[in-house]
Amino acid sequence: MTTATPSRTRAAGATTLASALNRALRDSLREDPSVHILGEDVGTLGGVFRITDGLAAEFGADRCLDTPLAEAGILGTAVGMAMYGLRPVVEMQFDAFAYPAFEQLVSHVARMRNRTAGRMPLPITVRIPYGGGIGGVEHHSDSSEAYYAHTPGLHVVTPATVADGYGLLRAAIASDDPVVFLEPKRLYWSKEDWSAEAPAPVEPIGRAVVRRRGTSATLITYGPSLPVCLEAAEAAKAEGWDLAVVDLRSLAPFDDETVAAAVRATGRAVVVHESSGFAGVGAEIAARVSERCFHHLAAPVLRVTGFDIPYPPPMLEQHHLPGVDRILDAVGRLQWEQ
Amino acid sequence: MTVLDHDLAAAWTPDAHGPRRDPAPLLPDREPVRVLGTPALRRTVDSPGGRELLRDLHRRLVVGRRFNQQATTLTKQGRLAVYPASTGQEACQIAVAGALRPGDWLFPSYRDTLAVVSRGVDPLETLTLLRGNAHCGYDPYQHQVAPLSTPLATQAPHAVGLAHAARMRGDSTVALALVGDGGTSEGDFHEALNFAGVLNAPVVFLVQNNGYAISVPLAKQSAAPTLAHKAVGYGIQGRLVDGNDAVAVHTVLSEAVQHARSGEGPVLVEAVTYRLEAHTNADDAGRYRSAEEVADWQARDPLTLMERHLREAGVIGDAEVAAATDEAEQLADRMRTLFHVKPDLDPMSLFEHVYAEPTPQLREQAAQLAAELAAEAATEDQR
Ligand SMILES: Cc1ncc(C[n+]2csc(CCOP(=O)(O)OP(=O)(O)O)c2C)c(N)n1
Ligand SMILES: [Mg+2]
Repeated sequence: MTTATPSRTRAAGATTLASALNRALRDSLREDPSVHILGEDVGTLGGVFRITDGLAAEFGADRCLDTPLAEAGILGTAVGMAMYGLRPVVEMQFDAFAYPAFEQLVSHVARMRNRTAGRMPLPITVRIPYGGGIGGVEHHSDSSEAYYAHTPGLHVVTPATVADGYGLLRAAIASDDPVVFLEPKRLYWSKEDWSAEAPAPVEPIGRAVVRRRGTSATLITYGPSLPVCLEAAEAAKAEGWDLAVVDLRSLAPFDDETVAAAVRATGRAVVVHESSGFAGVGAEIAARVSERCFHHLAAPVLRVTGFDIPYPPPMLEQHHLPGVDRILDAVGRLQWEQ
Repeated sequence: MTVLDHDLAAAWTPDAHGPRRDPAPLLPDREPVRVLGTPALRRTVDSPGGRELLRDLHRRLVVGRRFNQQATTLTKQGRLAVYPASTGQEACQIAVAGALRPGDWLFPSYRDTLAVVSRGVDPLETLTLLRGNAHCGYDPYQHQVAPLSTPLATQAPHAVGLAHAARMRGDSTVALALVGDGGTSEGDFHEALNFAGVLNAPVVFLVQNNGYAISVPLAKQSAAPTLAHKAVGYGIQGRLVDGNDAVAVHTVLSEAVQHARSGEGPVLVEAVTYRLEAHTNADDAGRYRSAEEVADWQARDPLTLMERHLREAGVIGDAEVAAATDEAEQLADRMRTLFHVKPDLDPMSLFEHVYAEPTPQLREQAAQLAAELAAEAATEDQR
């Protein structure tokens, strides 16, 4: 089990997740000539979230390509580029605009290695800004992780900290398997003391991390919900609860070992994510925890998720997103009376 | 300088909102290009290497027809799970291999097994998907042939991406994508042509218009003047060819590949042909097309057409036909032998290539299957 807190101790200037991601792309482009970025508005503009800012200017239009506006075409083109030995990094402009590429992702990207008995791996990274909380109008706030995590052949990772933004993106681009890299867009501008000069060594994909140790119950979460869970854990102290918080970082592969150990340590667990609960990632986690930790559990595993509704309009989204109160309510229902 | 700095970018003016060009040079041939039965055949015969080329095309057609027949027979015998025959489309299938150089890439779909075999891939490995023992039986890098693609037109953008990558590397590689008439309605076809045009990728799209997508005739598929006209909307060259005239397909396809290779841009070729068999062995074509229609097209069978015209032109005689038939029988023999050996199946291989390294979850599941197999084996031993 790895333990780490967002690296506030390292002496450096404050860095945003967005600039750490930009740095990861820049370092990858610099170190590996086979890395090519392609997507909508990624060149001259630097992407609508500016994650590719300056890369076309530094590395040329071929290495950071403004493509026509067609997501299946972008990903399909990336497949062909990968077949020829390149390492494409695709940017999808928003979560809900990645859906046109779904067939390419599921029918080709995820399967090519398997279909060809390992002869034709596709080292493609698909970056997707995801999640709500930014006041976006319809189709700009989806949490689409369950679709991808359900697809064999894909790795699905999501950073929640600046350091992980850099480390996981480097690992994703270096991976010989396709990686869906989900960027919590509401954390793009969150800052941490993180030094681009001496980034921590890149860890392999697939390990969760305990962000906060605790003894009463374990919150299991990822991406945009991590800061909410850490805040809930602080607030829980007033109720006398000492909550542990696990940041999954990788939804597929799933780190059963770290999660089960963290749940066994407390005997109580709540899974928190902002996408809809029904048939969501939380359902899978609750099932896995129950299968592995049944005799250590004092209460059923609970889920705090977005409602099973299409993502709400911005003026109502605060009712949908799991917040501190809803998390603490769930913790309160973990059968403390016995 | 990047590969994107081609003349289109230079032609941009603010008031025109991007490149504007005269569509006339992109328009396809007014009539499908034909060689057999036209003066062009004589010119081909008299050209250097012309007789050899024609004999080779004929030989490949004979062998190709036999391949289709043998695969159909194997399917009836239960040795293939399903077979979408290209019977009637052999002229297109064999021309593909002839138009490409080693190092070029082919992106076939499920009906293009003959094109794959003509490119040099082993018949057994080619038919693995349709036999059902694995998804793709051949190494795509051995002959530069992508796996047979089943989701319609999804392989077309792959061809564009590969061609684009090759061009950026400075290689002279051309990618050729095969699509059916029905496949041209798919979004991926549109996106591939659009990307190809914008990237000026060295890629050729060959649409084998056999008149049907399973049961749906072309008239319900598209209102385009011809499928080749679709090229114009993407700023790429359209070509129209008689898909039952092997010499014409070879000529047009070779020109298209050359056009792409020389950096002049992508080409969309429509070959008008006909599928003489049902969609697959599981289909009943009598439900959607008449026997008269099939008979009409049988009269324009690419193989008989070729044989008649080449005999008339004095290019082939009984000796050439016999030699080709011999080679075809050898292939059929070989297929029979290959397919009568039971495939070697290892259930544990199911977990091997999902990821570079199996995930912890896949390791658990593999252990479960291994235990089930061991228990089965133990029960069999007790019997
Ligand atoms: C995306 C997708 N939709 C549907 C199918 C099912 N399907 C298989 S072949 C076929 C007809 C294709 O017709 P066409 O493109 O003309 O090729 P042909 O079979 O005539 O060679 C259909 C509908 C499929 N394979 N892929
Ligand atoms: Mg058809």
